Amino acid sequence: MDSMAIRFSYTLDSSLDSVNKVEQAAEELAQKSGLDEDRTFQVTMAVREAAVNAVLHGNAYDPQKKITATFENTGSTLIIRISDQGKGLDPSTLPDPLAPENLLSGSGRGIFLIRSFMDEVHFKLLHPGTELTLIKHLDSTQKSA
Amino acid sequence: MSMKISTRQVDGVTILDMSGRITLGEGSVQLRDAVRDLLSKGSKNILLNLADVNYIDSSGIGELVSAFTAVRNQGGELKLLKLTKKVHDLLQITKLYTVFDIKDDEAEAIGAFSRA
Repeated sequence: MDSMAIRFSYTLDSSLDSVNKVEQAAEELAQKSGLDEDRTFQVTMAVREAAVNAVLHGNAYDPQKKITATFENTGSTLIIRISDQGKGLDPSTLPDPLAPENLLSGSGRGIFLIRSFMDEVHFKLLHPGTELTLIKHLDSTQKSA
Repeated sequence: MSMKISTRQVDGVTILDMSGRITLGEGSVQLRDAVRDLLSKGSKNILLNLADVNYIDSSGIGELVSAFTAVRNQGGELKLLKLTKKVHDLLQITKLYTVFDIKDDEAEAIGAFSRA
């Protein structure tokens, strides 16, 4: 329903403060959208990881580069897009963090967790930069409420 | 948003009582510094009490793994105590639940150190 539709976006500096702001916005949107505590946590964490990737790996804390976070509730789906202005990320090049040789790695779990927690994750190269689209369907939660 | 760490000694084991968030930035750095400091002082039996850690991100998970390997490389042991459900679930998803020695009872955890 149109009356339920929500959409807003931020353009932010490449900083940890921005990560925290985007994380907080995701949590508020998930709660307002009626997700239970577990699914709110999943969305919040996935969005935080995407924002960390954008700030840290994408823009490398470059003060000249921005991240953009767009939040949307279509009424049936949460769609969160996080983009950076970095070199661009090819997800096929990422090592599998569950492989035995990577299990004790000190990094490399962010995208894996995003994929674990969201229903759909899409990568788009922006030239420059990367846009991650994170999708969580609301219907299953609403039926179980 | 930040994390607090307090340290105590029980039967040759250093227990770090941690509370708050272990995330990119402050929490991860605090954990790294605390473990590094203990290792430099020769404390190699370390128990991380995570009972009051309500949030951890991939950076924090990575820091736990790095602490685990750093202690092990020095011939010591690092164990985890009292995981919250969220941290437990994250370690399970990332297959780290089998890597760490995780206990729910402090006395049992302390007794499980080999103290070589």
